[in-house]
Amino acid sequence: MSVLLFGLAAAGGALATVVGVAGMLGAGGSLSLPGLVPLGGIALSLDPLGGLFLAMVGTTAIPASIYAIGYAGGERRGVLAYLAFVSAMGLVPLAANVMTFLIAWELMSLASYFLVLHDRDDPESVDAAWLYAVMSQAGLACLLAGMLLLTAATGSATFADWASAAPDLTPGARVLPLLLLGLGFASKAGVIPLHVWLPRAHPAAPSHVSALMSGVMVKLGIYGLVRASLDWLSPTPVWWGAAVLLAGAVSAVVGILYAVVERDLKRLLAFSSIENVGVILIGLGAGLVFRGVGLGGLAVLAIAAALYHAVNHAAFKSLLFLGAGAVVHATGTRNMNALGGLVTRMPWTAGCFVFGAAAIAALPPLNGFVSEWLIFQALLQNVQMARLELNLTFTFGLAALALTSGLTLACFVKAAGITFLAVPRSDAAARAHEAPVSMRAAMVLLAGACVFLGLGPTLVLPALARLAGPLVGAELPALGDGLTVRISGEFAALSPVALTVVLGAALLAPLVALRLLRASHRTRWYETWACGRMLQTARMEYTATAFSNPFKRVFDFFYRPEKRLDIEFHPDSRFFVERIEYANPTRPLFEEWLYEPALAALSRVAALTRRVQSGSANAYLAYILAALLLLLVLA
Amino acid sequence: MITDLALALIQALVVAAGAPLLVGVLRTLKARLVGRRGPRPWQPYADLAKLLRKEAVVSTTTSWVFRVTPYVLFATMLVAAVIVPVVASRTALPFAGIILLMYLFLVGSFFLALAGLDSGSAFGGMGASREVAVAALAEPTVILAVFALALRADTTNLGGIVARLSGEPSLAASPGHLLAFAAFFIVMLAETGRLPVDNPATHLELTMIHEAMVLEYSGRYLALVEWAGAMKLFVFLTLLANLFFPWGVPDLVAPVPIVLGLLALAGKLAVLTVGLAVLETIVAKLRLFRVPELLAGSFALALLSVTAVFLVP
Repeated sequence: MSVLLFGLAAAGGALATVVGVAGMLGAGGSLSLPGLVPLGGIALSLDPLGGLFLAMVGTTAIPASIYAIGYAGGERRGVLAYLAFVSAMGLVPLAANVMTFLIAWELMSLASYFLVLHDRDDPESVDAAWLYAVMSQAGLACLLAGMLLLTAATGSATFADWASAAPDLTPGARVLPLLLLGLGFASKAGVIPLHVWLPRAHPAAPSHVSALMSGVMVKLGIYGLVRASLDWLSPTPVWWGAAVLLAGAVSAVVGILYAVVERDLKRLLAFSSIENVGVILIGLGAGLVFRGVGLGGLAVLAIAAALYHAVNHAAFKSLLFLGAGAVVHATGTRNMNALGGLVTRMPWTAGCFVFGAAAIAALPPLNGFVSEWLIFQALLQNVQMARLELNLTFTFGLAALALTSGLTLACFVKAAGITFLAVPRSDAAARAHEAPVSMRAAMVLLAGACVFLGLGPTLVLPALARLAGPLVGAELPALGDGLTVRISGEFAALSPVALTVVLGAALLAPLVALRLLRASHRTRWYETWACGRMLQTARMEYTATAFSNPFKRVFDFFYRPEKRLDIEFHPDSRFFVERIEYANPTRPLFEEWLYEPALAALSRVAALTRRVQSGSANAYLAYILAALLLLLVLA
Repeated sequence: MITDLALALIQALVVAAGAPLLVGVLRTLKARLVGRRGPRPWQPYADLAKLLRKEAVVSTTTSWVFRVTPYVLFATMLVAAVIVPVVASRTALPFAGIILLMYLFLVGSFFLALAGLDSGSAFGGMGASREVAVAALAEPTVILAVFALALRADTTNLGGIVARLSGEPSLAASPGHLLAFAAFFIVMLAETGRLPVDNPATHLELTMIHEAMVLEYSGRYLALVEWAGAMKLFVFLTLLANLFFPWGVPDLVAPVPIVLGLLALAGKLAVLTVGLAVLETIVAKLRLFRVPELLAGSFALALLSVTAVFLVP
């Protein structure tokens, strides 16, 4: 039964992809059911931007649903929530008025809440789901407030009316809705410091759902930001673009700094999603600034690059989450310090994961490299603005993006290397088995998507630019020809196809050279050299914790690690140690410095309010009398 | 097309054949500077030949990643050799950007670090962890130095930068450009594993970075790894020579200019090699956790260089 429903979800994904791509290519359409709910009823419409995100939901839902057949095919619980989750995500980019949008948005949050709560007996999951519920409702409150303010200011609850009325609004009437919508969407996208729920909720869900949450749901936050900045409240002021850029830079660096010291494989991937959202926002912010200062062509380039990275992230992050899910499926643990040696036991999963790691680490000629290259090039173009404060903002963005890409490399060397290579660190890892065929097929599909997105920027980029052009209100810049992408004429060019051919030829070169130089072919298999010690064990291996130690030391001002060393000596002699316990946890700064004071202030206010709420009926009657008298006096 | 192909082959050959000599000269110079006779400059060729003749010992804990890595590493260095303007300011690939070059080096680091972990020994893991840490911290400097260059030359295409700078020597002599050179030089030390970041001559566990990572390699695999390492040094020094002293780089591809260009390159590389040998003789290796300070310093230099462009247009 559940297999059938997952099959249905995959078919729905295919349909959404077709509709979405048609929307991107310009096919419009709308659907209106006015009587169904109050306040304007259900209204859907398809436009190129919505089509892109609908296609993203669809293409990610296909492999995720196929994967689920092998991963959760026997389970009945969660299947309906999964279906609701996928359909709600498909509805969000189609919504055409406030009511429809909020219903779809809330349905998406609720369905994913139930999916996060999948493992009800695990207190960590319950905590994660609770935090997720609180944060998504707080986000919804911001969105609701912003949307109602805009509705009041424009006199309409239809999005199309907002876009046409926006240019006539006073700047004062636009700032508050912009900030509220920005907060609401940023919390869904996991922008620092509104990210606290993300690294807990994403890993707690079953892996195909984690893939969708990280791959697509956070992108709907990006969708909202793009929609609000380029459509509903267009044109936005220049400072807004700079703020988005800076928020993106902070998210990118902080997200990857947390990811690189994480030892839970799925949490590492979740933190890396925060980082990638940051990278997307760097591009988006740059585009908004360019548009604000009147450089339309560059704005189109930067926004298309940001959207490109969003699509790429959907592909490789889903792939990595599915790979991590296969590991959890096979070993029952997400702790990298208990994994290792899976490359011989699960060759398909290992191959796909290493491939995904290379893609997310932006190695040429894969898709992550192409979009990061585009964002770099867009940022480099800031010289065309002659405003020092903006130039320096962009320089900061460049440095942050560069640091992020270096740390991402480290992070994914660790994720792939510690999890899959060398010797297993636990019995569970030693007994691991390869994933069933449906799970492998899903991963191979996503790896194929990464290859396509990497080799085809001359197809993808112009499509995204055509979509961004009308939103920015600028004509399209020349972005290359044939197989080569070109930026600003002679400034920069890239051809991933030619690069792949050259790399392939270069890979043959050492083989030929070894033959020409008559190198020896003989290979002897022997154990790893361990300073003469016999028998290699897993205890000699580097662990995930050890691997990230240099980062902990270098960035200790950020992690503020606490070192706890607990040694128990033998009762007879200090020179014999019975037990050593060492812990080196990092302190969660955002929780300690932002959320705890905020929550403490909230409870203080609540305690003050409680004094008024004595519970005595006489007191309440007195309040009513006092209020009545006050009103009479005032009136 | 034919010219491009010929140019690509010439560059790949020059880098592949010249790299061991560069390393050999550097070692001889360093030995002479401390009063030893040292090996002859062509010793690395003999070392490579010896390694190629030997059988390879491969650990039973390793996987395909370990065996593929030397080939990938060598291939990325070959592509890097084709991208960098070695003998002519025109490059064989029309999209030979400097960002692509830096990311090609990261491909090598990615695979080498994975191979280090694959061996399952503590050395491999330690080397891998340190290598990626240094690479990550060097990355912002690299990009900002690139940015500083691209801003002055108005392109990120390597050939374009060289052509532009050799056309306008005043650009290359500006203070901002010199700051970018200093930043790039420090990054070069970090990326190619030279003193004071890493000591290429040591096999002492606590201080190694690169050598720890490749400890498990032997035979033909080790030959490829060492050869690729030498090529990386050659490419980086060539990049420094031709980007910051862009004189004598011919802009047309014909036998006579290419030979002249090669001679000019040899001269510039000789100067840089002597400088590197002197530097490596007079400085001591930094403690691992002092390296970030050095890289932060080079980042500051690169940032100054970029800011100089905005302030002094």
